[in-house]
Amino acid sequence: MSAPVRDQAPPSQEPKQNKPAMLSRSPQDTPAGWFNYVFLVATLLVGFFPVWWMFIVSTGDDTMLAKIPPQITPGDNFWTNFNIVMGNIPDGTQSYEYAHFGASFMYSAIVTVVITASTLFFCSLAGFAFAKLKFKGRDQLMVVVILTLTIPNQLGVVALYIIIARFGWQGQLTALIVPALVSAFGVFYMRQYILDALPDEIVESARMDGASTFRIFLTMCLPVIRPALGVLGLLTAVGAWNEFQWALIALGPGTENPTVGVALSKLASAQYPRPRISLAGSLLATIPLLVLLAVAGKQIVRGVMEGAIKS
Amino acid sequence: MSTASQVSATAGASAAGSPVTPRGPHHEPSAWQRFRGKFDAKVVPYVLISPFFILFAVFGIFPLVYNGVVSFRRWNLKYPADDGWAGFANYSKLFSDGLFQNALINTFGIFLLSTIPQLLLALIVASLLNRKLRGQTMFRVGVLVPFITPVVASSLVFAYVFSKNYGLANAILGLFGVETTAAGTTFNGIDWRGTWWASWLAISIMVNWKWVGYNALLYLAAMQSIPKDVYEAAALDGASPWQQLWRITVPMIRPMVIFTVVLSTIGGLQLFTEPMLFGDTPDANGGSLRQWQTVGQLIYQTGWVNLNLGYAAAMSWALFIIIVVIAGFNAFLTSRIGEGSKR
Repeated sequence: MSAPVRDQAPPSQEPKQNKPAMLSRSPQDTPAGWFNYVFLVATLLVGFFPVWWMFIVSTGDDTMLAKIPPQITPGDNFWTNFNIVMGNIPDGTQSYEYAHFGASFMYSAIVTVVITASTLFFCSLAGFAFAKLKFKGRDQLMVVVILTLTIPNQLGVVALYIIIARFGWQGQLTALIVPALVSAFGVFYMRQYILDALPDEIVESARMDGASTFRIFLTMCLPVIRPALGVLGLLTAVGAWNEFQWALIALGPGTENPTVGVALSKLASAQYPRPRISLAGSLLATIPLLVLLAVAGKQIVRGVMEGAIKS
Repeated sequence: MSTASQVSATAGASAAGSPVTPRGPHHEPSAWQRFRGKFDAKVVPYVLISPFFILFAVFGIFPLVYNGVVSFRRWNLKYPADDGWAGFANYSKLFSDGLFQNALINTFGIFLLSTIPQLLLALIVASLLNRKLRGQTMFRVGVLVPFITPVVASSLVFAYVFSKNYGLANAILGLFGVETTAAGTTFNGIDWRGTWWASWLAISIMVNWKWVGYNALLYLAAMQSIPKDVYEAAALDGASPWQQLWRITVPMIRPMVIFTVVLSTIGGLQLFTEPMLFGDTPDANGGSLRQWQTVGQLIYQTGWVNLNLGYAAAMSWALFIIIVVIAGFNAFLTSRIGEGSKR
């Protein structure tokens, strides 16, 4: 709309600019005003508040939370609380070794790494097949994948528990890992990405040259889907690290090999819960994810925004 | 892999060694090549999807079906001898179960208090982000901090912030002179776990906090795909940014709004971790009077504290039906509201 107006009015003629001034720009082209920055900074501060509060409380002693007005500067007990939550030293007479918090980091790391690696491999394989290969029942199977995306996972949880109990996996990390080795979202996301990223002609000409399907996947598909693998890997890892409900059910509250989330909940339901201890643990549990967000925030943002557009 | 290269290598060698009988590019494939080609086209696709579908069938689809079977059985881990078909007994029990009704009411209360502000705030944050902005990436990454923070960790923080005697929230409310007198004692702020509405509010704040940024990015993605000339055409009547947001942007991103409404309905009605950690006991009671026990917690309590798996399965199915109905209703409602503002 604005183009023809500009063509008719040379830049020297001032009065004619009346009309373009009435045309407003789209929000994306409108420079942000000061209130945009103020509100957005406020949003970030609110979002960051719990992490900051974890830090403040975990540096304090037992009198800290009782102070009025509240203390908002860090104390100097962080290392003491850190050692208590890791089970290295007792807190007075109370030891927190029973929560296995230190070991829970290793368990959560194992679960997260295995789930992420397997999701990336199997979901990109299946996504490639759905996007670029022709086979009987392909579209029907894809519909099944998409339908299950919308089914709340809590629906199957009792039956899933019975299944893993049959396998004898209660209380073991296997119970957390195996059911999460693949995800419907992963297949869906990889399929959408591969549809656009890998041209059909390349696949066809590689096939003419006698390349097998698996070779095409390895040498042509994998290199071009690396950005998508990064995004899916990050989202999967965040989800696996933060999973709580199924971990609590499958491991049981008395477990000896808890994930970080289950260990934290054990700290919190102690007979005399100590905020400085459980929040020291919360801070430690959050730090890996903050590092991930700092390093790969751009890709995570992309994943959230793209995932939304594609579905 | 190696057989493939060997086959092509021998083919090449024989072609080079016999120049008298030149073979065109469409030479007759050997039986092995034909077999391999057929195998590659007919079988390999299924090989590629089979790891996914085997795992998915066993741990994804089968539990959904099997959950239905379990819900028609007596299946109590405390009384294994009593196992057997229960018919509709679990379901008829559900209809008259006061605990289930209480949990449903709590879930809906928290759901309303957390979804509506969450999506409105997300729209506002998204429209603030949808500008020519310095430090754009930093802001987009920053709003995701609540999304990546482990929900157990953040729920613990809020559980302490909303503590009655030593909580930050009450300390701040006390500075403004908000006091409560109950059972002869007066304290600053509110007893966040003492009443239905206060506990719902506290839990809703946790949920809102976690999901505003995530939804804002979903809205932002949709807003950026609105063609720019829509604004140029519609802005002639001198609309303010606020009017622009509600008259143009929101109607244009209606599909995404419906999507987020459905998504937060599915998530909100299954709420578990926040109410679980708001209480400090592992029995999932949701307060001494079950002030904030959600359906998600009641299912956990029924199945894994009281070990009545059959009844828990029936509850999951009931919750599923409720989620489907409510999500559909909400999607319908949102699309009607969107249409209204378009006119």
